[in-house]
Order: sequence, then C-alpha cells, then structure tokens
Amino acid sequence: MLQRLRDLDFMPPREAGVSPLVVRDLTVAYHRTPVLRRVNWTAPSSGLIAVCGPNGAGKSTLIKACLGLVRPLAGTVEVFGRPLARQRRLVGYVPQRESVDWEFPVSALDVVAMGRYGLIGWGRRVSKAHRQAAMDALDRVGLADLADRQIGQLSGGQQQRVFLARALAQEAQLYFMDEPLAGVDAATEQAVLDVLRELDAQGRTVICVHHDLQTVADTFDHVLLLNGGVVAEGSPATTLTPDNLRATYGARGQGLMG
Amino acid sequence: MPDIGFNTLVVLLGATALGIAAGTVGTFMVLRRRALVSDALSHATLPGLALGFLAGVALGIEGRSLPMLLLGAAVTGVLAVLAIQAIARWTRLPEDAAIGAVLSVFFGVGVVLLSVVQGLPTAGAAGLKTFLFGQTAAMSAAEATALAALAVVAAAAVGVLFKELRLVAFDEGFARVQGWPAGRIDLMLMGLVTLVTVIGLQTVGLVLIIALLITPAAAARFWTERLERMTGIAAGIGGLSGGIGAALSAALPDMPAGAVIVLVATTFFLASLLFGTARGLIALRIRRGRMRHTLLDGVGP
Amino acid sequence: MSAQEFIAIDLPALLAALFACLSCALVGNFLVLRRQSLLGDAVSHAVLPGIVAGFLVAGSRETIPMVVGALGAALVAVLLIELVRRVGKVESGAAMGVVFTGLFALGVLMIEQGAARSVDLDADCVLYGQLEDVIWLGPTRFADLADPAVWLTLPREAMQLIVVFAIGLLLVWAFFKELTIASFDPGLADTVGVSSALVQTALVVLTAVVTVAAFEAVGSILVIAMLICPAATARLLTDRLGTQMRLSLLIGGVTGIGGYALGAMLPVWLGAENAVNAAGSIATLGGVILTLAILFAPRYGALARRRRDADLGMEA
Repeated sequence: MLQRLRDLDFMPPREAGVSPLVVRDLTVAYHRTPVLRRVNWTAPSSGLIAVCGPNGAGKSTLIKACLGLVRPLAGTVEVFGRPLARQRRLVGYVPQRESVDWEFPVSALDVVAMGRYGLIGWGRRVSKAHRQAAMDALDRVGLADLADRQIGQLSGGQQQRVFLARALAQEAQLYFMDEPLAGVDAATEQAVLDVLRELDAQGRTVICVHHDLQTVADTFDHVLLLNGGVVAEGSPATTLTPDNLRATYGARGQGLMG
Repeated sequence: MPDIGFNTLVVLLGATALGIAAGTVGTFMVLRRRALVSDALSHATLPGLALGFLAGVALGIEGRSLPMLLLGAAVTGVLAVLAIQAIARWTRLPEDAAIGAVLSVFFGVGVVLLSVVQGLPTAGAAGLKTFLFGQTAAMSAAEATALAALAVVAAAAVGVLFKELRLVAFDEGFARVQGWPAGRIDLMLMGLVTLVTVIGLQTVGLVLIIALLITPAAAARFWTERLERMTGIAAGIGGLSGGIGAALSAALPDMPAGAVIVLVATTFFLASLLFGTARGLIALRIRRGRMRHTLLDGVGP
Repeated sequence: MSAQEFIAIDLPALLAALFACLSCALVGNFLVLRRQSLLGDAVSHAVLPGIVAGFLVAGSRETIPMVVGALGAALVAVLLIELVRRVGKVESGAAMGVVFTGLFALGVLMIEQGAARSVDLDADCVLYGQLEDVIWLGPTRFADLADPAVWLTLPREAMQLIVVFAIGLLLVWAFFKELTIASFDPGLADTVGVSSALVQTALVVLTAVVTVAAFEAVGSILVIAMLICPAATARLLTDRLGTQMRLSLLIGGVTGIGGYALGAMLPVWLGAENAVNAAGSIATLGGVILTLAILFAPRYGALARRRRDADLGMEA
C-alpha cells in the first residue's frame, strides 16, 4: 500500500516548464557562521551543470541542503515543482569519497545495490532483478569483474566509480555529485565523463561540485559561481569572465583560468 | 557427567539464545561505531531496576516482580541513550564525553536509589544486586523461557531489517537522500540493544552485558568481508559463548555465569584475532609473504 | 552529631571525596579535550584483576601490592587496546569494550574463586567504593586538628589521594605547555620537539594512577563521573584552557563536598534512618551541575544556542 502511494507521487519529469530544481531564499549556517545567504537559483532544464567557487564558498553545503542532509535556517527547495520530501525517488547522489567507513564489510555489488533500496519497501529483501540492475550499473562503470571485492580493497578511482554506479542504480532524474572528478585516475575520469554524457543524453539533470575551472568549459554546459551566495551563472563562455572570477575568488581569481 | 536438571537445561538454552541475539544486534552496534553507547545503556539500567522495585512496592507487589524491574531498566536505559544523543547533538561536547558522563551519572543515581531500596524494610531488596554481575541460579525455568523467546524476537527483527540497518550503518547520508528515516532506524537498533541488554541482566549482569554485544561481533569481523556472514558468525560465537559459559558455570564451583560467559567470548575473540581467515594476523602474514614473493619473482629473469 | 563523630567519620571521607574529585577533574580536562574520556572507563574496569592479584599475593589488603597490581593491569589494558585497535584494525570503542570487559570478567572470576579461600574482597565495592568505611581514629576534638603531626595519621585512602593530587598538580603545572600543544595538535607537537607519544603515555599513566588511588575510596563509577563531568562542565563555560582547568577544579571540589554532604550527612540530619551511598550522590550532583551547564551556559548552552539560531534566522 505504501509502495502504491509512493508510485502515485512519482511525477513524469520534464513536464513543460517545470525546472528540475528551484532554490528559494536558502540560508544555511553551521554553528554561528552563515555559509549560504539567501540563495535563489533555478537550474536549467537541460545540460550538465557545474557548481564552482573557492573553499568554504558553500558548494557542498548547497548540495547537502538540496538533498535535505543539512537543515536550512530558512528557504525552500523544490524538485520538479514539488517539495523535496515528496520527490526523493527522483534524486540521486554521489557523495565525497571520504564520507564512509572503508573497513565496512560490504562488497562493491552490495554498495551499488544500495542504490535500489529506495525502490524496495521496508523489510523486503533485495530481489534478483534488483541485483541484476545493480550489476548492470557496475558494468557501465567498467567494474563488473570486481563486484565481489570488499569496498576498501578497491583503488580510490574504483571506489569513486562504485559510488557513481550506485547513483546510476537509483535511476533518478536529478543527480547531485560532490567532486566526482577530484583526484581520480585517467580511467576513472573517462568513466565518469562517459556516464555524465550518457545521463545528459538521456535527458537527466546532473549538478556537480567541480573544483577545476580550466576544465569546466570542456565538460559542462552551465556553470554556477558560488561564494556564500550566487555570484553569476550561465554558459561557461559568458560566465567565467575576469570580473566574475574576481568577485568569486578574490584578486587571485584572474589567474585561475591560465 | 553430572546430572543436568531441567532448570539448568532451560537456563543453558536461554543463555545460548541471549548470545545469538547479542551477537546479531551487536554486529550493527560495532559497525555503527556505537559500541560504547551500549555500555552506557546497560549501566543506566541500574536506576531503572531500583525504580521498578520501588514502583512494585508502591503497587503492593510482594517481593521482586521481574517484568516490573525489567520495564524500569528499559525505561532508564532508553533515557540514557536519548541523553547521549542530545548532548552530542546540542552541545560542543564530543560523543565520548557524553557517553562517559551519562554512564557514570546514571549509574551513580542507581547506586543512590539502591542504597535507598536497601534501607527499606521490604523483602527482596538484596536480590537487586544480582543484576550487577548476573546470577543464573536465581532464574526460574519460566523466566528463562520467556527471556529466550524475547531473544529470538530480537534476532529475528535484525533479520527483517537487515537491508535498512546495513544501509544506515554504511552510509547514513545516502540513506537519508533515499528518504529512509535514518534517525528512526537508529532508534530501532537502540531499541533492540535495549531489549538484549534487559534480557541479559539476569544472566550476564549489567556491568558485563556489553561484552556479549561487542566481543562476538568484533571477533566475527576477522573471518569475513561480508556483512551477511559476519552477522551469522557473530550470532554463532555469541550463542556458543552463552551456552559454554552457562554450562561451565553450572558444572564447576565458584564460576559466576556472567564472568565465565564473557571470558569464553574473549577467548573466541583472541582465537579469531590470530586465526581469522579474512583479517586474522596469521592470514595477513601469509598473504603479505605471498605478495612479496610474487612481486620479487615478477622482476626476476 | 558530636565533633568526635564528625572528625572520625565525615572529615576523612570528605577529604577523600574532595581530593578524589580534584585529582580526577585535573586529569579529566585533557581526556575530554583529547576525546579520550572513555579511557577512565576502560582503565577503571580493567584494573580489577591486578588488584585481586596483588591482594592474593600479599594475602591482605595492603596498599602497595594492590596499587602495583592495579597499575600493571591498567598498563596491560592500554597496551592491549592499542594492539587490538592497530593490529586487528578494530574500531577504538569496540577495542576498548573487548579488552576491558575481558579483564574485568577475569577479575570477577578471580574474586569468586578466591572467595572459596576466604578472600575478603567484593566486586560491588570496586564499582561504588567504600567512602563510608574511611575512618580517622586519631584526633577527637577540633582543637586537635591544629597540631600538624595529627594530620600524618590521616587514613591511607585520604592520604594517598592528597599526595596523588599534589603530584598531578605539579606535573600539569610544569608541563602545561607540552600537554596543551600535544592535545591540540600532535603533529605540530612532534615537529617542535614535544613527543606526542610520550605525552600520551604520560597521560595514560597519570589516569591510571589517579584511577587506582581514587577508586578504592570512591569506586570506579565515581572515578569516571569525576574524570568527565567537571571538565565537561567547565568546557561549556569557557574557551580558555587555563580558565577551564581552574573552573573544573572548583566544580570538582564543590561536587565532592556537596555530594558527600547531600548523600551521607543530609539524610541523617533530616532524621532518615540510613544515609544514601555517598559516591553515588557525588556522581549524581556532578551530573546535575553538568546538566545545568548544558542548558544554561551563557554561550554554549542549549538555550543560548537556540536563541542565537532564532536571531540568525530572523536576520536571514
């Protein structure tokens, strides 16, 4: 019954004119310091989106607030036109790699299968079909042959790909990824980029925190410059101007584009 | 072979069931890095036991009424866990300080209440002390059967919630993104720990019950990299510890059941640390030697 | 209550309680700061087999063998915990739990086995001490206390706690700089020539000594409470380590004396037949004071924080 109700909540994405993500007046504070102040942002409904800004600009905080992982002091987040709480199944997530216990006794496939848990009800086992879906996702990032390996015994890049596969297994419409390309090897970078493009081609929205301004234009169609609030946004060509970079990163911002 | 009476047999089975439940539930406590929260929980049952006794006296129940005592124990145990969460969440104090403060203060309150109870002219007050270190001899067959049944329920509940517990223990943030109520799943886990603790009060005692939750789970980790197997092995080690410990205690003189059960579990832990096939020291040494071999052979002609 | 009764029963117990609380509070500051609050928990449980061993060797309740045994067991426990944590890759909380429960169970078993040979030890008193049994049979009048020589006849439990506190205070005063830097940033400490490993070991030994000295009088649970509660309370009241240490000593002292008065003396004054357990009432008072700080501390209390969050929300 609960499952039935959740299915009714499911909204077809890309309904004419509905943005995948609308952030209104979002303010978040850690302890006593406000990290984000009155952020207003409507994500474009197509293309790969990068969120850039200096350390402490609130990039991860923005993503976590959009995912409901930190509670904002004020403001709202809407996913495909409805409050986040009712659209959980449309949202996928790739966290920063440091956030889990690598000694945990799970295999790569176990982790990817966790992406399916949202589609399975309380107390029900992971069915064969769901395991197969997890296996397919693992295959898409090129790790099918390492499915049984304990998660801590994989290399850093492979771990990153496992998390990407878990997000794929979610079959979401809107993806948040926290620095999926930070410090990965060439094979992983290629796998991540392939997946990003594939998701884009399928019409899904992907929002990545991205640290490397030089590669933004190569990969992303849209960039959001953030420093406590939205500084600028738009296509990389029109947004990454010296003035905007200085406003985001301070004086040293001019040198960042080489 | 000494003649095993019916009562002893039931107590033995009860201790085995307790060990199985503690191993199963404890696996997730250890993986959730909450091992010592359960220590605070078990120490915090003392004021509840005393309050349960006082409530029983107030209601005119003669002597000690086990359900009343265990209900009181569960209530203050849960209060302690909530207090730890509140302190860790709302103040700048780290969680370990919160655990230590709650553990010792609740136990202190329990000691005060215990001395109040012992000052009363009521019979049965002295029996409360048996909950500190456990005393299987004090258990009736009916009590042991009821407690064993509860232990089976606790172990079965872990089986049903296996997927949810695994997800929250591994990656709480991801669980919440998927809409799982991570806080409530955590509470269910704490509820199961409370249940196991309360069941174990008579057998192992509140000071040492934490060992039955932690030690089998920590031992099981040396044998496997898979959570399903780890849970099973922990249940096995817990069950064996409970059964063997209770049997030794019944068969030999001056062997307090709680301490013996814990020592059997500790022995299993030491054996696992050495011989565990997945992470045991010997397995590790062999694997490292083999790796050195292949690496060195690889560069040879 | 006569002066003689007070001097014989309450005064030595008060002194023991006071200096137990002061010693624990002193060391506790660094434990709370270094997130090692549960070291006291582990150590105070793990010393049991050492104490019983010392007792069995000496055949009576003499201090030296028991303290040596306890210290030995404490160090063994700490080494084992490190071993299980590092070599076995077991998370530190679980490592502590496995080791100290094993040792404590061993101690309980040794007591029970010894009881057959009429060993007069009780596992209960390890948990909540025998503050009520600390008796001073020297002076009989307040006037006697003016004589310094009479103080040397203080009961052993009180005396050893005063000595331990004095030594601890001296050490902390002399090495305050090193303790601070090694607690705040071990890496930095190593680069400026303060061995963080040495500081860590010294702190473990100091914790063990304080625990052993205190717990015979007040029991392991009060030791844990006093290692954590005064330091944690002070931590909520100030940001400066020096101030925090002074505050924690003040709070520890007030808790010790106040808790004893509430538990051992007040019920009798009120006409109750029995006093309640003093170690328990001291721990309870420590908890009450900590709770007050958690709620009402001017800056870090729950109420202050709530008010501040509300302000921020309005402004935003």
